[in-house]
Amino acid sequence: MTKEDVIHAIERVTDPEIPAISVVDMGIITDVQVLNDNSVRVVMTPTFVGCPAIDVMKHDVEQAVRGLGVEHVVVDVNFDVPWSTNRLTEKGRAALLKHGLAPPEPFDTLALELEVLNNVACPYCGSHNTTLKSPFGPTLCRSLHYCNACRQAFEGFKPV
Amino acid sequence: MNASACKDLLLRMADDELIIAHRHSEWTGLGPLLEEDIAFSSIAQDKLGHAQALYAIMHEHFGEPEPDTQAFMRNESAMKCCHFVELPNGEYDFSLMRHFLADAAEFVRWTALTQSTFEPLAKLALKIRGELKYHLYHAQTWVKQLGAQGSEESHARMQSALREAWPYALGMFEPSDADQALITDGVFVGELEIYQQWLSFVTPTLTEATLEIPTGVDPVYGGRKGYHTEHLQPLLTEMTEVYRIDPSAEW
Repeated sequence: MTKEDVIHAIERVTDPEIPAISVVDMGIITDVQVLNDNSVRVVMTPTFVGCPAIDVMKHDVEQAVRGLGVEHVVVDVNFDVPWSTNRLTEKGRAALLKHGLAPPEPFDTLALELEVLNNVACPYCGSHNTTLKSPFGPTLCRSLHYCNACRQAFEGFKPV
Repeated sequence: MNASACKDLLLRMADDELIIAHRHSEWTGLGPLLEEDIAFSSIAQDKLGHAQALYAIMHEHFGEPEPDTQAFMRNESAMKCCHFVELPNGEYDFSLMRHFLADAAEFVRWTALTQSTFEPLAKLALKIRGELKYHLYHAQTWVKQLGAQGSEESHARMQSALREAWPYALGMFEPSDADQALITDGVFVGELEIYQQWLSFVTPTLTEATLEIPTGVDPVYGGRKGYHTEHLQPLLTEMTEVYRIDPSAEW
């Protein structure tokens, strides 16, 4: 078994709060170690420290790897590699957009200016003529916006 | 590294996060606007996550009890939170002002901790600092708006909230016997340093909000030593009710 086989299996696991995107494309899998055919270790990093979905995802990842016939599966959750929206893959960004969630532009994690939230591209019409309504949305990782062009409220995946 | 000094720091930080999380969560369903209801609920959820992460470090590195046991099984006298986080929410002006002053303190504290020699804390700090930007953005927006761009009433309310909050806010920086050891070990820069950074941080926002910073005020201390306001025990009783009835309950 290879690392790719494991990643392929984990790709079927999605974030229960945003089922449109896999945990791999979310960038929350930070390490996969195949020790041998019967022993695999996966490391995950939560999007937010208080993310309530992490235990469910941890369980699902473990089950997915067990599905390959691996007996010893260890899934560790730690902050060794801090999650940032810069870890979203291109495929992940496309999935968010399709789901009606504006994906965040890549940014410098050390110098995040929240003004970037003021002109997030609308996932429906693509206009940048949008307004941030609130930095807090239905889940910790989302923000609320309004598009002045197509007059539609939408949600963004906020840069962290 | 001095383990007992480190535990002292982790516990007071965790307890502040836990109690302010509970207070913020009391706005769930009651916020003056839907967006504000969601904002306070989200911030509460973040704070609770921070508390859990801190209790988890105490458990993993110092053999302290599990996070749930720490959060739900201690009485008032074993809690090390400051009085500021215990106070009831009051009206929205007071909640917003406390949210601003407390989050500013958290921001400078966690920023300093990104340089901590205690690696688990430094890693967590880097992560939490990113989340706090959103909390601060929310608080600063409202303090400035209601202070400088609202009505005569909104200004008067924010000024009165600031006056009421200030002595308790100063109590967030109650000196601890552990500080010297923490400074020596490079774990933490100490409460005095954090207080000074906090004052420099909040002053421009409050000035822009045309609010007058109270002077000659005595800080309210005692929380770090286990002495609390009359408001803490009722909060703990409510927060721990389910857990005390059935510690194995899942909800």
